[in-house]
Amino acid sequence: MRAKDFRPPVLSLRFGHVWRRNFLVWRKLAIPSMLGNLADPMLYMLGLGYGLGAFVGEVGGVPYITFLAAGTVCYSTMNTATFEALYSAFSRMHVQKTWDAIMNAPLNLDDVIAAEAVWAASKSFLSGCAILIIIWALGLSHSPLTLWIVPLAFLIGLTFACLGLVMNSMAPSYDFFLYYFTLVITPMVLLCGVFFPTDQLPAPLQLFSSILPLTHAVQLARPLVMGAVPAQALIHVLVLLAYAAAGFYAALVLTRRRLLT
Amino acid sequence: MPLLEVHELRKSYTGEEVVRGIGLQLEAGECYGLLGPNGAGKTTTLRLCLGLTDPDSGTVNLLGLPIPRAAREARIRIGVVPQLDNLDPDFTVFENLLVYGRYFGETDAILRGRIPDLLDFAGLGNRGKSKIQALSGGMKRRLSLARALINDPDLLFLDEPTTGLDPQARHLIWDRLRRLVAQGKTILLTTHFMDEAERLCQRLSIMDHGRIISTGTPRELISRHIEPEVLEVYGEGVEDWAQQHAALAERSEHTGETMFCYSHHAAPLIATLENRPTLRFLHRPANLEDVFLKLTGRDLRD
Repeated sequence: MRAKDFRPPVLSLRFGHVWRRNFLVWRKLAIPSMLGNLADPMLYMLGLGYGLGAFVGEVGGVPYITFLAAGTVCYSTMNTATFEALYSAFSRMHVQKTWDAIMNAPLNLDDVIAAEAVWAASKSFLSGCAILIIIWALGLSHSPLTLWIVPLAFLIGLTFACLGLVMNSMAPSYDFFLYYFTLVITPMVLLCGVFFPTDQLPAPLQLFSSILPLTHAVQLARPLVMGAVPAQALIHVLVLLAYAAAGFYAALVLTRRRLLT
Repeated sequence: MPLLEVHELRKSYTGEEVVRGIGLQLEAGECYGLLGPNGAGKTTTLRLCLGLTDPDSGTVNLLGLPIPRAAREARIRIGVVPQLDNLDPDFTVFENLLVYGRYFGETDAILRGRIPDLLDFAGLGNRGKSKIQALSGGMKRRLSLARALINDPDLLFLDEPTTGLDPQARHLIWDRLRRLVAQGKTILLTTHFMDEAERLCQRLSIMDHGRIISTGTPRELISRHIEPEVLEVYGEGVEDWAQQHAALAERSEHTGETMFCYSHHAAPLIATLENRPTLRFLHRPANLEDVFLKLTGRDLRD
C-alpha cells in the first residue's frame, strides 16, 4: 500500500456524467428492470405475507403482511444496490474496461467510484418507490409518514452500494461475490428483523444483529410503514451514513491500489 | 513551449524497474513515436504521462500542467486511443461518441454537431446506429480514434493503434493519422511496427528495458547506427560463403538461415555471389528495422 492510496477523495462535478452513462444504459432496459423491481418483492410479500401471515396473525399489533412490507423495503433496496455494486460495477471495471475509458477522460477513479455508489443508490431508490406503490396499492398503510421511505431507500442503497464496492475492489472474478452473499447478505436478511422481530433471537445474536446496518434500516422503515415516527431515528441514520462513509473510503483506497499502480 | 515534457521518469513494479529514467519532449504539430519491443515500458510511459499512475521519481509536464497533480484538468485537452478497445458495448456507435464527449463537459449541442464529421472521418458515416458488437476490428479501432477526437484535443496518445489489424485497416488508420498531423494535431504513439514508425513519425525514440536508447528522425537513426546498404544472403552453403567473404562487409550477422551483411558499398560482396547458384540474396537500403534489431538485439521477447 502506498501513502497516496489513502488520500481523501477529490471529486469533479463531471462525475455526474458517469452516473448519467449508467442511467442511459438502464433506460434501455427500464421496463423489464422495473418489472423485476416490482415482481420479486411483491411475490415475497404476497406469498409470505398472506400465506405465512395466516398462521402468524398479528405481529407488533399489525397484520403480518404489513410487518413484512417494511422489512421487504429494506431487504429489497439492499439487494438492488448490492447487485449493482458487485456484478454490474465489476463488469464495467474489469470485463468491459469502461472505467479505464472514463479515466482517460478528465475524470479520475474517485469520480468513478462516487458515480457508481450514487448510481447504485439511485436504483435502490427506484426499487423503494416501486415497493411503496405496492404498499399503498394493497392498502397496507395510509400514513403520509410512508413518504419518508423514499429518501430512506436512497440511503439504504448508498450504504450497501459502498459496502458492495469494497467487495468489488477485491474481486478476482464474479464467483468471489458468492462469499459476500453467503457470509454477509444472507445473515443480514435473516438476523436483522426483515421476517420476524429481532427480539425472537437469542441474546448474543440480538447483540450481533444490533451492529448490522440492515437492522438500523429496518428500525427506521418499520415504524414509518406503521405510521409512527421511528425512535432514535437520528442514531439509525448516522449508523447507516457511517457504514456508507467507511465503505466508500475503503472501496476508494482498495480500488486505487488495484487500478492505479 | 513543448506540449509534453518528461524528465528522468522512473517507475517500478514489485521491485522491477520498468521505466528507468525516460526523458522526452514533444513539440506542437509533430508525430512522435515510441518504438520498442513488447515489455520495453512504452505503455507504462504513456500511463505516467497521462497521470493514470504515479512515478517513483521524475517529472511530467503536460500542456503546461504538472502531472499527476493536475492530470484530470490536463486530460480535458487530450485524446487517448488505448491499446485494447474499451468501447461501451451497451451503446450504439453514435451514443459511444455522445456519452464519451459528455465526460469532457462538452454540451450535447456541440457534440451532436461534431459527431457526424467524426463518423465520416472514421469511415463510419452510415454506422451511427450500429451496435459495437456488429463492428469489425478495424471499425472498432477507427471508432476508438473518433472517440479520442470528440473533445477536439490538442494532443493525441495512441497506444499501438494498429496492432491486430489487417493491412487494409492499417493503411486506413495511417492515412487518418497523417491527416490529423496535417490539420495541426500533435501525436504521441507507441508501436513495434517499423513501417508504421517510419511512415508516420517525424521523430522517434527507440526504447528497450525501460530506457530510451536513441532518438531522432527515422533517417537520422538509420545513418547514425547502421551502414547504408544491406545484403541478405540465404540458401545452401551460406555458412561456407560467409566464412570466405563476409569480411568484405563492415559488419555481418547470422540469424537462422540468413546472413545479414551491412556495408557502405555492397558491390564487391555481390560480385562474390556470381558463381554461387545455390545462394539467393537481397540487396536493399538499410531501414529502421535494421537499426531496431541492432539496438535491441534479435532475442525473442515475451
